[in-house]
Amino acid sequence: MNDLFIILKQELLLTIIIFVLLTLKVGKEMGNARLLNLVNFLLVVNFLAGFFFPQDGILFNEMYHTNALVILEKNILNLGTLIISLQSYAWLKDHQHVSEFYILLLSTLLGMFFMISSGNLLMFYLGLELSTIPLAAIANFDLGKRKSSEAAMKLIISSAFSSGLLLFGISLIYGTTGTVGFAGITTHISGNPLQVFAFILLLAGFGFKISAVPFHLWTADVYEGSPVAVTSYLSVISKAAVLFVFVSVLYTVFKPLADSWYYMVSLLAVVSITVGNLFAIRQENFKRFLAFSSIAQVGFILVAITGSSAAGSTAVVYFVLIYVFSNLAAFGVISLVSATTGRESISDYKGFYKTNPVLSWVMAIGLFSLAGVPPTAGFFGKFFLLIAGAGKGNYILVTIAAMNMIISLYYYLRVIKAIFMDSNEQPIQPVVIPAYPKLAFLICIAGIVSIGFVRFVYDYIQSLSIGF
Amino acid sequence: MNSIPLTHILFVSTALFFIGMYGLFTRRNMITMLMSVELLLNSVNINFVAFNKYLYPGNLEGIFFTMFIITIAAAEAAVAIAIIINLYRSHQSIDVEDATDMKY
Repeated sequence: MNDLFIILKQELLLTIIIFVLLTLKVGKEMGNARLLNLVNFLLVVNFLAGFFFPQDGILFNEMYHTNALVILEKNILNLGTLIISLQSYAWLKDHQHVSEFYILLLSTLLGMFFMISSGNLLMFYLGLELSTIPLAAIANFDLGKRKSSEAAMKLIISSAFSSGLLLFGISLIYGTTGTVGFAGITTHISGNPLQVFAFILLLAGFGFKISAVPFHLWTADVYEGSPVAVTSYLSVISKAAVLFVFVSVLYTVFKPLADSWYYMVSLLAVVSITVGNLFAIRQENFKRFLAFSSIAQVGFILVAITGSSAAGSTAVVYFVLIYVFSNLAAFGVISLVSATTGRESISDYKGFYKTNPVLSWVMAIGLFSLAGVPPTAGFFGKFFLLIAGAGKGNYILVTIAAMNMIISLYYYLRVIKAIFMDSNEQPIQPVVIPAYPKLAFLICIAGIVSIGFVRFVYDYIQSLSIGF
Repeated sequence: MNSIPLTHILFVSTALFFIGMYGLFTRRNMITMLMSVELLLNSVNINFVAFNKYLYPGNLEGIFFTMFIITIAAAEAAVAIAIIINLYRSHQSIDVEDATDMKY
């Protein structure tokens, strides 16, 4: 009985926090500043508690499983959510519905935890839906803005469609194997055409959630219209969670179909990198720009997944950890500027260095890390991704990816040029950085600078990796 | 006893799936698009129940899955309709062609 509480500790803690917020909402009205202090404190506790009493285990008739890798992935997600919460302080402190925002946000996080721990397609589906439906509701959280409701509408319709595809695939897998448990599927899957078709539908469902290219059309619009806090959550946390599940599902459940999915994932990787990069070049809105850049980053991650070795899964988790820090550094600056001045286009950022040198440097370090420029951690992340992708000897794929890194350097540097070199008649006025966002920037910069050099992190992830 | 073969039922469910997909792509009214999504999910339900009854009558996994899909479809519809109401307040319309502030 004690095991139950220890194995489920991260989910239970999150549920408790959600219920605390719910009772606070029902009870006496509380000032936004106090409420935000309390929530951020609870999230810090939640993050730290993830490190204590780690225990492997299987619960509920193999529906739920956990091990050291799963706990690490959940800790990464917890950390990312904490950083986003700290960064969105400037936006939330004047918002009317702070506790609802956090209730919905943490519900999606809970869904992702169950999804990562799932040992059964039913549990996986429930987790996936718990992590997408509330997300559509918080995409609408700039209640008065036209773009925000348009973004929420696009997100809910496209995610409903994608879960329809996913479910049709699941139903065919159930029909051909007679079970929805992961272990049973692996033993019964034989690779007949119907199962390959079912797998393609499943892949399409996953592709929607991680916004790989043929399924990416909702991404840019949803990212542009949602509040910045939600955009950063969508592009980092929700994408990371689905990627973790994607790796473990491909490497364990669909291992018998490895020959088929190798080509499909390679194709998705090439198209994602190329299209993401080419569209990122012509974007003017900063959030749209980061949307396409994140599509390209997913393409790089898919390159590593095709490697299907232990190095592949190590590189994915390692890169996602770095991606959390670097993308959130960039989004943090946008979040702060957007909350105080409401300006979001790249041309608004011309001459940004003259008025806001600190924020400019944070943004520059984040973008350099996303581009993969050496001393930053992003370089090491990309390096390991490409090494893992080369493991199968598919050098054409790796060459395309490496060439695309040069294109990506062009558009990241274009933004940095606008910030540091261009002049502007009406530059963004100096922005005061409150204490919480300052802390978040410190965490991000420390992560970007140190993770590449601290060998321990990579070794630890490698010791947990899966592959074949 | 099983006078209707499984293939007939699978034909119906697949047809329903593609009707739903067609509706989602061609209809411009958001409520109708939501109805099309329900068609997609219901075709999956038929699949699950048919597979469970014809191929694996020993366990009830398919039926359970169907129950969860129905529940979640209801939750999804609730959130989607709330969003559509909010969109109607700002755009005075529930036609997707009118909600095109963001493109390319």
